[in-house]
Amino acid sequence: MAKKIEISNLRVRYGQKEALKGVSFDVHKNEILGVVGPAQSGKTTLLKVINRTIEFIPGARVEGTVTIDGDNIQSIKNVNELRRKIGMVFPLPVGLPLSIYDNVAFAPRAAGLRDKSKLDELVERCLIQSALWDEVKDRLDSLGTKLSGGQQQRLTIARALSHQPEILCLDEFSIAVDPVTTMRIEDVLKELRSEVTIILVTNLVQQARRLCNRTAFILNGDLIEIDSNEVMFSDNPAQKMTYDYVHGNFG
Amino acid sequence: MSTSATTSPNPVTLDPQTRFRETALVRRKKFTEKLARLTFLTMTLLMIFPLLLIVSYLIYKAAPILSINFILDNPVRGMRAGGIWPAFLGTLYLVGISLLVSAPIGVLAAVYLNEYARENWFTRIINLAVVNLAGVPSIVHALFGLGAFVLFAGMGRSILAASLTLAIMTLPVIIASTKEALGAVPTAFREACWNVGATRWQTIRRIVLPNSISGILTGIILQVSRAAGETAPIMFTGAVFFKAIEKGDIFAYGLFDQSMALSMHLFTISTQVPNVPEALPYGTAVVLLGTVLLVNALAIVLRVYLRSRKKW
Repeated sequence: MAKKIEISNLRVRYGQKEALKGVSFDVHKNEILGVVGPAQSGKTTLLKVINRTIEFIPGARVEGTVTIDGDNIQSIKNVNELRRKIGMVFPLPVGLPLSIYDNVAFAPRAAGLRDKSKLDELVERCLIQSALWDEVKDRLDSLGTKLSGGQQQRLTIARALSHQPEILCLDEFSIAVDPVTTMRIEDVLKELRSEVTIILVTNLVQQARRLCNRTAFILNGDLIEIDSNEVMFSDNPAQKMTYDYVHGNFG
Repeated sequence: MSTSATTSPNPVTLDPQTRFRETALVRRKKFTEKLARLTFLTMTLLMIFPLLLIVSYLIYKAAPILSINFILDNPVRGMRAGGIWPAFLGTLYLVGISLLVSAPIGVLAAVYLNEYARENWFTRIINLAVVNLAGVPSIVHALFGLGAFVLFAGMGRSILAASLTLAIMTLPVIIASTKEALGAVPTAFREACWNVGATRWQTIRRIVLPNSISGILTGIILQVSRAAGETAPIMFTGAVFFKAIEKGDIFAYGLFDQSMALSMHLFTISTQVPNVPEALPYGTAVVLLGTVLLVNALAIVLRVYLRSRKKW
């Protein structure tokens, strides 16, 4: 398996608090990597390091290296180029105060795409992939912020796909989405695997189990175990803590 | 919850039999509610009452003299008769030029401070300076304008020097109010833009400015009334006692001319010139007030229009 992202000895501190305590692992090309672990274990921090939005948090200090396709992300000159490579979906949906169409077209336009027909095509494809197209295709010029919570979440997924990222990071994407739609999005993710590498942070252990190729278990800033799903969800993963966590008898 | 209900100090209200009955507690709450409502209403009326009184008194006193010629004529007979045209036009020049200078600088500086600047000792000092400058009395600005523009920059006592002094006076308040308006746009919007690789400028242009423009304009236009009403800063730097100009010609003043101004004119005919007919100062006050109210009304219309396009 080719390596898409290599993370080595990554440490992140917010002031005195250490959010990640030196984790190292690789993300393979075209896989879905699940990241599970209880709250405050550093899962979201991990994603923010990868697209360097951690730099917007005052007092955050990052040590260690993260490389994408062999390039150290810290040495990438154009940070916006890096962020365009990565699609991000965070748990709280934020529809931009623009029309639904403009919400999805925002990133391609920012990257310089002006061609109307290409934009139309792209917007439609992203909305179909995020399972939102059928609900909004007749009102693309109404406000994205007026959609319901679950629809806004799918809008953010469409937005994350709109700049055709190589890596897609999903942080609890299904938190505001109903189970049926979640399943539809999961199907899309399985299809997308051939084009993009996906990191799926989730609190739903079963979601990681049915969707991911490999799963990482992070606890209090330490990587406890990372392995293929066959091992992680078997009766004897390398760490007993992993077994306890995925089987729900933790703590 | 069930355990706390049984140990509640007031089990009567939770008993299903008596829960909707009007107990003493309920009556007291109703009374307090009425009292609070009445207090707030009284305070609101108290605020409106003197305002109406002032405006109607002014208009009543000024009524005999108010006409379009009062605005368009030069004062005559040692300012004891005639109109206020040079003062009216002077105020328009002073306020217009000062805002032309302070609004762009103020808004752009505020965008920098709120959107780009990192939190460090330097920006903290700047923010502190802005807040403190906003509180400096206008007479101090006048002295600064006299030293900096009239004498040091060699502008002499002129419309330009007076406008720049007014600009310096309004600048910190515009910066503060613009920062307030920008800060009201949720950070989550900015982060969502950065996450898809938009630059800071793209984010500001497409998301932050369109959603804060109504607040920014409000802040700027509030400074119109302040700039129009201040007498001290222009008295030292460019406003004069009397200057006759071409009647009705809006280009009658040059940048380096001295000018009259409504606020200064009101001050002189009320206190410095003997035997001025009573209606004259009141007429001047009404024109000053009317101009400011007109600008404010324009601002309100603009704000309503812009807010109707606000997206969340």
